[in-house]
Amino acid sequence: MDIEELIENFQFLDNWEDKYRYIIELGEKLPPLPEEYHAEEWKVQGCQSQVWLVPQKEENGDLSFAGDSDAMIVKGLIAIVLSIYNHKSPSAIKAVAVEDIFAKLNLQEHLSPSRRNGLLAMIDKIKHYAEIL
Amino acid sequence: MYDVKKIRKDFPVLGLQINGHPNTFLDSAASAQKPQMVIDKMVNIYSKEYSNVHRGSYLLSEEITSEYEEARKKVQKFLGAKEDSEIVFTRNATEAINLVAATWGRKFLSPKDRVVISEAEHHANLVPWQVLRDEIGFELKIFKINDDGSFNPEEYQKSLNDNTKLVAITGMSNVLGTVFPLKEMIALAHQRGAKVLVDACQYIVHQPVDVVDLDCDFLAFSGHKIYGPTGVGVLYGKEELLSIMPPYQFGGDMVDVVTYEKTTFDVPPARFEAGTPAIVQAIGLGAALDYVMNLGMDAIKAHEDELVDYIHQRLPEVKGLKEIGTAAGKGGVISIVMEGVHPQDLAFLLDKEGVSIRVGHHCAAPLVHRMGYESLARASFGLYTDHDDIDRFIAALQKAKTFF
Repeated sequence: MDIEELIENFQFLDNWEDKYRYIIELGEKLPPLPEEYHAEEWKVQGCQSQVWLVPQKEENGDLSFAGDSDAMIVKGLIAIVLSIYNHKSPSAIKAVAVEDIFAKLNLQEHLSPSRRNGLLAMIDKIKHYAEIL
Repeated sequence: MYDVKKIRKDFPVLGLQINGHPNTFLDSAASAQKPQMVIDKMVNIYSKEYSNVHRGSYLLSEEITSEYEEARKKVQKFLGAKEDSEIVFTRNATEAINLVAATWGRKFLSPKDRVVISEAEHHANLVPWQVLRDEIGFELKIFKINDDGSFNPEEYQKSLNDNTKLVAITGMSNVLGTVFPLKEMIALAHQRGAKVLVDACQYIVHQPVDVVDLDCDFLAFSGHKIYGPTGVGVLYGKEELLSIMPPYQFGGDMVDVVTYEKTTFDVPPARFEAGTPAIVQAIGLGAALDYVMNLGMDAIKAHEDELVDYIHQRLPEVKGLKEIGTAAGKGGVISIVMEGVHPQDLAFLLDKEGVSIRVGHHCAAPLVHRMGYESLARASFGLYTDHDDIDRFIAALQKAKTFF
């Protein structure tokens, strides 16, 4: 699912309960991250849940990412982040205005540094990979 | 008669709406809300009485110095200490413990010594001793608690030997709610010739403390957890110990005679309060202690004990829920896990219902791991917590379960 489609779907969810049920559903549908990647090497430092992120370079030079969390809502938020960044060139990744997209989804609270849910750290890591890969 | 509905009106933040719901604030163990009288006191100082302390050549300074020293006397009274000079104002309990480690610890600990702490320590009463151990080379012995979080007297006694110089223990676990039998533990440590430091951050908020009766050598607590402001904490130390401890930081207000060649230092507590202290915060803490002493620590304890009984009646209604830390006589710190639901997911969903809890390792990561978890959800009580808070908490837990 691409991000435009997600933004559209979110517009039909008019209470927080439905929105969070949908986020949890997105998390459940996230392709499982193979066990060997649940390692310290791929861990994103969050405080309250564990988050893993693994980058991959596609043949055309675009980047894509696989991710996981032991918390379901965080996993759903990861699914949204990956739909924003996957299959993009490093320069396109750097140009994404992720705050604007989260604002459109009305989920901007999850990007607040005080949330410590690892999401902000994951986005920083994606941008870091876009620099070095 | 303890009128919790009336008491709640003293705390303006409790009246807020959170995400469209009544504020169900269950994170007082992290930091407590402030009664209006503390807020008023501090505003009043800043707007009508403010100047620096201990510079007393003019009226304002004389007045505020006497208020600041009055706050010290309130702490003395609250703790039952013999002298007000045994009360040192610090930034928080963390600084109070670090002060003891850096001064008493560096002067009196040597490689052959042992320092004893429990498995249930907050990082603030673990890390300073680890770092000092690495510097000095003494043995840091960590005694085991039981799997239900209760105190194990045999393990404690086994951890004490004739080389034990210091026992540094929490009075009440910030994760498990376990209340430790301080008086007995202190007496046993003293039999071995060890000094005892109590991390009373949680303990002191929930029951009366008398340092003379406990006979502890040091005791540390933070202002903000006992309904006072942030930025101020307290180190209590017996006069005979504080007087032989070297200074911790150097500068203004802690000196006796200063020349370009050398400096002699003031007596305690001034010796340990270098620089301009947290004047307004210390006075605010004094007001907070007036507030709790007026309610009575025994009455606060009785109220909170009843709340713990009540939540223990209600928790089993939520299927798949487990309480971590079930020691008899535990205080109002309730850590839980819900089967199949990550604590962070739980906290997100509870927040939407206006229920504030904390998740994670609660700055006691080794303890959370020792109990078998990466992360725990924690609800904690204050003197203003009531049955409605617990009812809304249980309802929010039931609702959260439906998401998974």
